[in-house]
Amino acid sequence: MTGLIWRDVRSGYAGGGATLVVAFFLLVAILFPFAIGPDTALLARVGGGVIWAAALLAALMPVERLVAPDLEAGVLDQLAVRGGSMAAVAAAKTLAHWLAFAPPLMLASVIAGGLLHLSGATLLLVEAGLLLGTPGLAALAVATAALLAGARGAGAVAGLVMLPLAVPLLIFGAGAITGGAGGLKLLAATSLLLVAGAPFVAGAAMRSAME
Amino acid sequence: MSDALIVADLAVARGGRTLFENVRFIARPGDVIVVTGPNGVGKSSLLRVFAGLGRIERGSVERPGGGVALMDEAHALDRGATVQAALRFWARLDGGPDPTTRVAAALEDVALGDLADVPVRLLSAGQRRRAALARVVASGARLWLLDEPANALDAAALDRLAALVARHRGQGGIVVAATHQPLAWDDVQQVRL
Repeated sequence: MTGLIWRDVRSGYAGGGATLVVAFFLLVAILFPFAIGPDTALLARVGGGVIWAAALLAALMPVERLVAPDLEAGVLDQLAVRGGSMAAVAAAKTLAHWLAFAPPLMLASVIAGGLLHLSGATLLLVEAGLLLGTPGLAALAVATAALLAGARGAGAVAGLVMLPLAVPLLIFGAGAITGGAGGLKLLAATSLLLVAGAPFVAGAAMRSAME
Repeated sequence: MSDALIVADLAVARGGRTLFENVRFIARPGDVIVVTGPNGVGKSSLLRVFAGLGRIERGSVERPGGGVALMDEAHALDRGATVQAALRFWARLDGGPDPTTRVAAALEDVALGDLADVPVRLLSAGQRRRAALARVVASGARLWLLDEPANALDAAALDRLAALVARHRGQGGIVVAATHQPLAWDDVQQVRL
């Protein structure tokens, strides 16, 4: 399984995958000052929420590349032939996706925080929230990718499937900026629930897509 | 777990439609089974059931110990990786000693030794097929499942395929091949769907 994780992490960074996520994230974060205007006090107030919304949208970007190519190329078949459980494969993919997408996103958040005039304390809460919330987001992305693997126009549907389920992460993540430790605990709980449950959903979806 | 592939009164359905039923045979170490039949009759589905990927409608399949290797339409090799890196990924998952040497030997077996450092995406269809065959050879599995193994292969590659199958059965392996075209292999059991 470490081989699979390593392979997926590399393919996540290769071909500019991570760069694309970061670029999209920063673009969304930059759009808000243009839309709201250069009112630093206002920007600083909404900035944390903006970063979370941008992170959610950026997390959608790689969904199409997470499972569908492996299904098409027969990689999932070969893993199953070797006795790999699809839930374990999904868990490995979740970890690999998190490693490929969370660290660049958290680095980019520092830049976005600067653009939005966030205070150091707020930025710290945003980063702590992202650290706790992105595993849940990664699990959700893999589950969505598995559910939509083999479907046509999966990219357009992915947002409709994934974003409603990510709303709790958004609420508690953005809420932690004002709510502090209590918000972070709720965020961690939501994230944990997704990380624990989503691989089984993803595994079942991959299994049925293979048959 | 026995060392034979035992198929008893097997029926397989796909999408609610029964593809075939009452398939039965026993393949012992050294046996080669060639499954023939027209397109769409369920040859690939049969092989997928043997690989543990398909659902059994009725009957039973008892697989031999010692692992299973499947070669089908999908080559399952990372397009961006070099041939040997892509094969090594699977050889490591298969376990066993020294995947690097096993992969190198398998590449020589299918005459792809010169292309070991070429990215998979640059291979031709026939070369990709041979790389997939090398994945099966390097796996060290006892049961080989080959779906249309002759597709896209030239005459020299067909000879090498026959030689590899002969070597595998000589080492106590079992080969099940599905094909719609005749294979010039000696001493095979035919199963017609």
